[in-house]
Amino acid sequence: MTPAGTLSRNERQFAFGLSIALAVLGFAMAAFAAKGVMAVHGAMALAAGLFLIFRIGGQLYDSAAGPDRHDRYFDGPTRFGVVMTLVWAIIAMGVGVWVAALLYWPEGTPAVPWTSFGRLRPVHTTGIIFGFGGNALIATSFYVLQRTARTRLADAVSPWFVLIGFNLFCLWAVSGYLMGSTQSKEYAEAEWYADILLVIVWVVYFVVYLRTLARRHEPHIYVANWYYLAFILVVAMLHIVNNLAIPVRWNGADSFTIWAGVQDAMIQWWYGHNAVAFFLTAGFLGMLYYFLPVRSGRPIWSYRLSILSFWGIVFFYVWVGSHHLHYTALPYWVQTLGMTFSVMLLVPSWASAGNAIATLNGAWHKVRDDATLRFMFVAAVFYGLSTFEGSFLAIRPVNSLSHYTDWTVGHVHSGTLGWVAMIIFGALYTMVPQLSGRETMAWPRAIEWHFWLAVGGTLVYVVSMWNAGIIQGLMWRAYDENGALSYSFVQSVEAMAPYYLIRTIGGGMFLTGAIICAANCYATFRSAPLMAEPRDVPLRPTPAE
Amino acid sequence: MSDDPRLNPDPSRDPAQQIDEETGHREIDPVTGYDTTGHDWNGIRELNTPFSRIALWAMILTFLYSVVAWILLPAWPYGSSFTRGVLGLDQQTMADERFARIAADRATWMAPFEASDFEAAQADPMLMGPAMLAADRLYQDNCAACHGTDGAGGPGYPALNDAHWLWGGTPGIIAETLHVGINADRDDTRFAQMPAFDYLERRERHALADYVVALKDGSADPQSEGGVLFLDNCSACHGDDGAGGYENGAPSLTDDAVIYGQDRDSVLETLRYGRQGVMPAWSDRLSEGDINLLALYVATLAQEGEAEEGAQP
Repeated sequence: MTPAGTLSRNERQFAFGLSIALAVLGFAMAAFAAKGVMAVHGAMALAAGLFLIFRIGGQLYDSAAGPDRHDRYFDGPTRFGVVMTLVWAIIAMGVGVWVAALLYWPEGTPAVPWTSFGRLRPVHTTGIIFGFGGNALIATSFYVLQRTARTRLADAVSPWFVLIGFNLFCLWAVSGYLMGSTQSKEYAEAEWYADILLVIVWVVYFVVYLRTLARRHEPHIYVANWYYLAFILVVAMLHIVNNLAIPVRWNGADSFTIWAGVQDAMIQWWYGHNAVAFFLTAGFLGMLYYFLPVRSGRPIWSYRLSILSFWGIVFFYVWVGSHHLHYTALPYWVQTLGMTFSVMLLVPSWASAGNAIATLNGAWHKVRDDATLRFMFVAAVFYGLSTFEGSFLAIRPVNSLSHYTDWTVGHVHSGTLGWVAMIIFGALYTMVPQLSGRETMAWPRAIEWHFWLAVGGTLVYVVSMWNAGIIQGLMWRAYDENGALSYSFVQSVEAMAPYYLIRTIGGGMFLTGAIICAANCYATFRSAPLMAEPRDVPLRPTPAE
Repeated sequence: MSDDPRLNPDPSRDPAQQIDEETGHREIDPVTGYDTTGHDWNGIRELNTPFSRIALWAMILTFLYSVVAWILLPAWPYGSSFTRGVLGLDQQTMADERFARIAADRATWMAPFEASDFEAAQADPMLMGPAMLAADRLYQDNCAACHGTDGAGGPGYPALNDAHWLWGGTPGIIAETLHVGINADRDDTRFAQMPAFDYLERRERHALADYVVALKDGSADPQSEGGVLFLDNCSACHGDDGAGGYENGAPSLTDDAVIYGQDRDSVLETLRYGRQGVMPAWSDRLSEGDINLLALYVATLAQEGEAEEGAQP
């Protein structure tokens, strides 16, 4: 993974220049801000820049990269992305379990500001969505893109730029929350300069993806790449529009959003729901469409369902954000559109889930024997379950029961634990041996343990939150025969205690599985043969520059 | 395609090559019996299965649902307005109507509580029965956060379930306190302040604190340094014997009911920084009837607490 092995001298010089630019930017931010969150973030960027200067500078004049590198896929960034996926998984799932425990033991909060629930909760969500999910998406997208296009990435520096820049964004975001800095937009809490960094990273990501795709040696673009491209393109659009803000000062972290009132709410949930759609669904469907057929050795069940599902999801999802704002100041007609489009979204979503499960026809014996493939099967099942639940909860009268309750939390986690995390683990267990030049993971039995902990943890978590949410919803709407409320709010809080305890246990099981996964991946990377021949190669070498 | 073998991929990968020359069919998947689309990405292939009927019907069903919803409900925008829907629903009107219906249910038994005739209400168990159930939810939703679900209060928040009252514990007085609050943000609020005695020497505050702690267990010595300081600084409000009372304008220090605590550290903090607790005014948030209900509820809490205290030896 040393740059000398994979980067040419020119590329090393360019990367060196970028590192200097990062250090200078960090220094400038720290110097101009002088104090506060932005100064700390500047210091972080400075430290990262200095580290890269020394790392790349030390190899600047080493021998030129071997010409045979073009015979291989460019997997260094993917390896780094896998490591960061697992690091963020443990941090963010750990914080998730901790805040879940705080809901049961609220008096357990230490009297230190940065440990308060309000600051830790976005650390959990951002760490999981962006840190865990985002790194997994970027890492697998580079891996899948090269193998389905049978070509090496179009450029060697920009994939590193994407991954390092993206992780700096995550670090800025999460550390900012701990210091009390937030834009107060759910899943978009990071401050304005972090948002700008993400835009730059994302444009580079889009460009390197398109350039590589343009060099493909296959006549058709595989469906996984459609999904990855939709993910990249739409997330850029959502991120930019929702984060439009005017900084209070150029040398401070605070800013004001340009949106106001109900328009702000609508933009926020147009963003929020499509973060679910295009970050947590489209990209991961790309992952599913590659790793499931590869692992099961079966053809995709139906090309036609792939098409229906892709265009259905892309077209319908962007309409449905308003179902987060039922019975609010948002006009009724916008709510009706959000509700009906959510219902119409069901069939395209199920087309993908069904396509994935039908693909396993002829490979069920592998599902039985191979925990990795079972991860993917369970992911497809939970994808089907949570998309059905989503369309159901979007129906206004149903929403009047479920809204603001823990049912929503259960629904989200059936998607994130059951679908997103499961497909990530399935992909990791397929990809990590490949990247290590091995047949299998270092500890094949540990995958079995991880699988049952993950499935058990998910079920315990989701079922307890369903119960909790429905009980809350029913308690809040109950009137006695005298027209007075039957329960006070605090009674509904007290009724949650057992479910919050069970939920914490479920989350703890899931976290334990993730830690086993990280240890297994570490052992596998460590036991990679030194001069491993790549297990798959581009279709033909690109002529050397 | 070029003749260069490096540019010409594996011939078996060319879709045209996968068509069986004799039958004209593409490669058949042995498990399902379907042919493939002929696409191949590094070994990944796709089956050419026909579009499934059930997906089509499910789609038609969801589309029908949507079209019906669009006809019945407000749905599509045009220009500066939107389609109103055949049912002519409006969520503001619906919410108002629903609220009015619930209010009407309540009105049947709430009416007597709109007037502040507390004694008449208290005398009527048929009236008080359902009313106190509703008042309990009101109390839990609005008051319990500070005063506790059972009215026992806590550090900084007075207990409501005992005989000790700073402003008076009859329903009428409680209703007034609810209306105007204490140190609240309105002109007619009740006002109370324990000033900071930070101008006293540290040694004097410690002596005074010892005396105040001793007042609670009745072992106070008025001749001590603390006793003298108390007479000079505190007795104007709290009375010579520390018994305080509403007439004197300050709480009693002899009844073990001091809101902020009467241990030495708490008293020292009170002396050093003073106290000025706030009870918000509720007349902008709760209706007249709700406030009267709460006043009766809190008075009942106090009576029950008092009865329990009395029952204990």
